[in-house]
Amino acid sequence: MEKRLIIDHTLLQITIDRLCSQLIENHDDFKDTVLLGLQPKGIYLSERICKKLSETLGFPIPLGCLDSTFFRDDFRKSGKPLVANTTHIPFHIENKKVILIDDVLYTGRSVRAALDAMIAFGRPAKVELLALINRKYSRDLPIQANYVGLGVNCLDTERVLVELREQGVAEDNIWLIDKKNKEA
Amino acid sequence: MEQQLSVRHLLGIKDLKAQDIQLILDTADNFKEVLNRPIKKVPSLRDITIANIFFENSTRTRLSFELAEKRLSADVVNFSASGSSVKKGETLLDTVNNILAMKVDMVVMRHASVGSPHFLSRHIQANIVNAGDGTHEHPTQALLDAFSIREKLGSLEGKKVCIFGDILHSRVALSNIFCLQKMGAEVMVCGPSTLLPRHIRDLGVKVELNLRKALEWCDVANVLRIQLERQTIKYFPSLREYSLYYGINKALLDSLNKEIVIMHPGPINRGVEITSDVADSAHSIILDQVENGVAVRMAVLYLLSQKK
Repeated sequence: MEKRLIIDHTLLQITIDRLCSQLIENHDDFKDTVLLGLQPKGIYLSERICKKLSETLGFPIPLGCLDSTFFRDDFRKSGKPLVANTTHIPFHIENKKVILIDDVLYTGRSVRAALDAMIAFGRPAKVELLALINRKYSRDLPIQANYVGLGVNCLDTERVLVELREQGVAEDNIWLIDKKNKEA
Repeated sequence: MEQQLSVRHLLGIKDLKAQDIQLILDTADNFKEVLNRPIKKVPSLRDITIANIFFENSTRTRLSFELAEKRLSADVVNFSASGSSVKKGETLLDTVNNILAMKVDMVVMRHASVGSPHFLSRHIQANIVNAGDGTHEHPTQALLDAFSIREKLGSLEGKKVCIFGDILHSRVALSNIFCLQKMGAEVMVCGPSTLLPRHIRDLGVKVELNLRKALEWCDVANVLRIQLERQTIKYFPSLREYSLYYGINKALLDSLNKEIVIMHPGPINRGVEITSDVADSAHSIILDQVENGVAVRMAVLYLLSQKK
């Protein structure tokens, strides 16, 4: 199985710092801005970004987590059971600037479902998307990220594997795996 | 954690594994959060049509199922035996097959005859949810009771639950016994001996005839209604006497020096099995049960819809 490391712990830290700087550039004092991590793995990234932003700005940034399982378009179609995760949004999103945070942007279908799930909580003034990994040329829907950690050119036979310490692994690593070779 | 149910119909709790119950309760947690959103609706079952077929009277269960179905965006058709062709002699299978011919994917059925949903499951393709079959099982009530206890006390493992009243005619009691035991709780039944099934001990439950002793033992009291409509003979001299011996009142609870969670599946006969000051007290989770019923039924329908 071919497995290529695309981001290690050090590079991940640098990438998160850069993404936070870009967010501060665009959102200034974060007065009306809230963060929403997308379940399952986007929440770990959102916690790290929230922590970094709060340290830099000197006050807590509102953070919630959003699960889009009940809004997915592949329910009963993929053959795989869909199990929901927790949604917890301890603030109002009405007229706020919402930054959705996810680990990998691939077909765009998860983000489409997340947008629908988010609307159930109110009408934000603006929604932006931050993706740690942007899989280029693989979108099924017209969805793009406003903030990207790393753009990756990869085939449909390849998979991005995100391993973060919060999942119980020893260190942060993001890999590109060739699924074709794995099957062989 | 299991990701899908081991069954494609919910006919009774007896057929479920502990993992199935766990999955339903965990999924219901997520649906309860959905029900507290400004927009309480998700599109998961928008391509599913569900028939609610009620051959017996129902208020809570029927409303709860209908609301759960609508919150999941399913199309809903309602059928009740009164005013239907059942009165003209149509059989159960013919009635249901005619409804299914209109492209219905799931059937929620309540029927006075024990085993009727099991019979249907052998003859039709649609997923079936038993909403109560005679004196046999009422699985979604047991699931919402378990969910409510878990929500109040944190878990079911090792908790002592006593079911009070008319155990003999109660489908809620049987489903509750199966469900609570599978989730690791201890179960006792308490009531007049004429209203306790003769071989109830074979199910592994404790039996107590004295109300006070039962209350002293339990963490949770699930109080059942006297089902006069199912009683063909007199099982006790009068409702007044029943109330004197088995009615739960505030003075009795205050004298116990412990807090007991009070549950009731409804409808309540106030002043008979439970007094108003107990039913409406802070220890009562009767209205939480009703609220949780929608979330639990959403979970059941959501999970079953994945089982074709």
